[in-house]
Amino acid sequence: MSARHTGPVAATTPTFIGMPKFPALAREALGNTQQRRNLAFATQTIRGKRAAVVGEVGDWEALRLNGAAVKDEVLAHLDDYLIQLEDKLTAAGTTVHWARDAAEANRIVVELVRGKGVDEVVKVKSMATQEIELNEALEEAGIAAWETDLAELIVQLGNDRPSHILVPAIHRGRAEIRDIFRTRMAAAGRPAPETMTDEPAQLAEAARLHLREKFLRAKVGISGANFAIADTGTLVVLESEGNGRMCLTLPETLISVVGIEKVLPTWEDLGTFLQLLPRSSTGERMNPYTSIWTGPADGDGPQETHVVLVDNGRTHVLADPVGRQALRCIRCSACLNVCPVYERAGGHAYGSVYPGPIGAVLTPQLRGIDNPIDASLPYASSLCGACFEVCPVRIDIPRLLVNLRTQVVDAHRGRPSAEGLAMKSAAWMFAEPGRWASMQKGITASSKLLRGKRTLQHLPWPGSVWTDARNAPVPPRETFRQWWQRTHGESR
Amino acid sequence: MTTAREEVLARIRAAGAARPVEVPPAPEPSPQPAPETVDLFAENVADYRAVVERLAESAVPQRISSALGQYGVTSVVVPDGLPSGWLTDAALRVLADERLTAYDLDAIDAVVTQAAVGIAETGTIVLDHTAGQGRRALSLVPDVHLCVIRADQVVGDVPAAVRQLRPAVETGRPLTWISGPSATSDIELNRVEGVHGPRHLHVLIVGDEA
Repeated sequence: MSARHTGPVAATTPTFIGMPKFPALAREALGNTQQRRNLAFATQTIRGKRAAVVGEVGDWEALRLNGAAVKDEVLAHLDDYLIQLEDKLTAAGTTVHWARDAAEANRIVVELVRGKGVDEVVKVKSMATQEIELNEALEEAGIAAWETDLAELIVQLGNDRPSHILVPAIHRGRAEIRDIFRTRMAAAGRPAPETMTDEPAQLAEAARLHLREKFLRAKVGISGANFAIADTGTLVVLESEGNGRMCLTLPETLISVVGIEKVLPTWEDLGTFLQLLPRSSTGERMNPYTSIWTGPADGDGPQETHVVLVDNGRTHVLADPVGRQALRCIRCSACLNVCPVYERAGGHAYGSVYPGPIGAVLTPQLRGIDNPIDASLPYASSLCGACFEVCPVRIDIPRLLVNLRTQVVDAHRGRPSAEGLAMKSAAWMFAEPGRWASMQKGITASSKLLRGKRTLQHLPWPGSVWTDARNAPVPPRETFRQWWQRTHGESR
Repeated sequence: MTTAREEVLARIRAAGAARPVEVPPAPEPSPQPAPETVDLFAENVADYRAVVERLAESAVPQRISSALGQYGVTSVVVPDGLPSGWLTDAALRVLADERLTAYDLDAIDAVVTQAAVGIAETGTIVLDHTAGQGRRALSLVPDVHLCVIRADQVVGDVPAAVRQLRPAVETGRPLTWISGPSATSDIELNRVEGVHGPRHLHVLIVGDEA
């Protein structure tokens, strides 16, 4: 077998550079009771809906197996499928661009938009454009990028970051959203109605009115794609609100930023993925709207279509024989909704646009493990395995986490660590029975001083590393050996 | 200087991911539609809080008129190829799609279309935007979408619909899959019907009166 060469990692974007480790961010998030309440309710609700609609499908496991294998097939021959996709897209009248990294992708999009002589674009919610921080790049070029998904609008107007893949403003309550709309909408266009309350229907109506004028006048739309079909040159976008249809239909020019792993080999493969994705994601039999297009259509919608195929660290992931299965991900967010860590810590603690279990395996692979936040992500899990159970493409997230932990440990080998120190002293202690016995005596003696207490809340260092976040049990007053000696000692 | 295309492809080849993959078959699509399939379709469409009616072909014009009346519609756009004689209500302003701009469409209350395929298992209507269905903006901008679908257009499940739609995709037709009215759950997961797409979806299933 020839040696593998790994592609370069993606640059950690300015938003996330210098971010503290996951535990520090999580600790901060745990203090936010509004967020914890919202997350507990939201994840529990979506979990229930997902379970119900997945249960309706006769052979869900066969669908998962098919979906996972189709994605593996794509990853095993990604070069061939991308070339086929490019040929078919081009034949259908779409212009194809390639980008090695975020900076190159952003440059391509900015130039295309500038070429149209416009100073604004309307955007469909897209993880790829968030990942490359396209909005920031457009803004720098003097181009306003209007997010049109309701949650993305809330995040954008609030100068905030998304905290969930599917419902990015899940950390916000209705009163906060009303305040954001009241104070920020006017500066971005049509102000919120004077009479708007915090009723969700009224907030949605305010967004409808605010964005409608932007949709009607937009000349350029920007989207991602959920799927790109190699054998027909077709792009697919799933959504709920109709903002996606507006952006994909009304502008004259459409630019779609697509990660290279989004390819499906054949049109028929959609039969599986249009079952797996909506049921796993929103917990619906089908999402309200799916738009499917194959180049410009005569007299219907944008007459100029572009696709930007982006690597940005994906080939780095592809080179890891274990880790590459993370590229099967279809961004459904089912793993977030079942994760006990995500439910409590929320999305911002993951220091990337990809939160939750999938973020914990994808981000350190896309960006490498040099930054403290990225090196801490593989530990943001109890390895309970719920994420694998719900993953529609069977990504073995716990296995990937362990694999990444190994890489983090290997990268730090040779440097002193608390764990290494503890292991060394343990080895010294277990080397002689006498050392072990006297250590036990010390501990049981301390127990007598703690009479009446059942747990310990503060231990001195290094025990404080444990008790900072958890209680420690009081040591027993007698060890097993002491008990055995006392009760069976004579019969020896 | 290598191009981005060459470099990305070279990185993929260097990643050592090439290997044979055995893809197990997807579960078989359900057999041909039966009367229960249309029942299930009607049930699942209604589950999205769309309005569903089943009727005989002869009743279509009258039902269109009364349905549009329910929403207080005064103007309606009709795509090329919609059967003439469906819109008979003299009180309605009926507009053909003659180079209407997005602004023009925004001032129109409703649209009446036909459909290409219905999917029972998911309550989905697929438009392939051929005759009687109009270009995509028509069924998007007006606030009421009245869709007339024949019972024999309903298939059992998603894979069956996907197979049937390949020729449309191969000829470059765009598709719009519609499952209920526009909706959002972005605010505290409260479902709100109607954000940007039509807030009312009204479906007439023809030829199989239940």
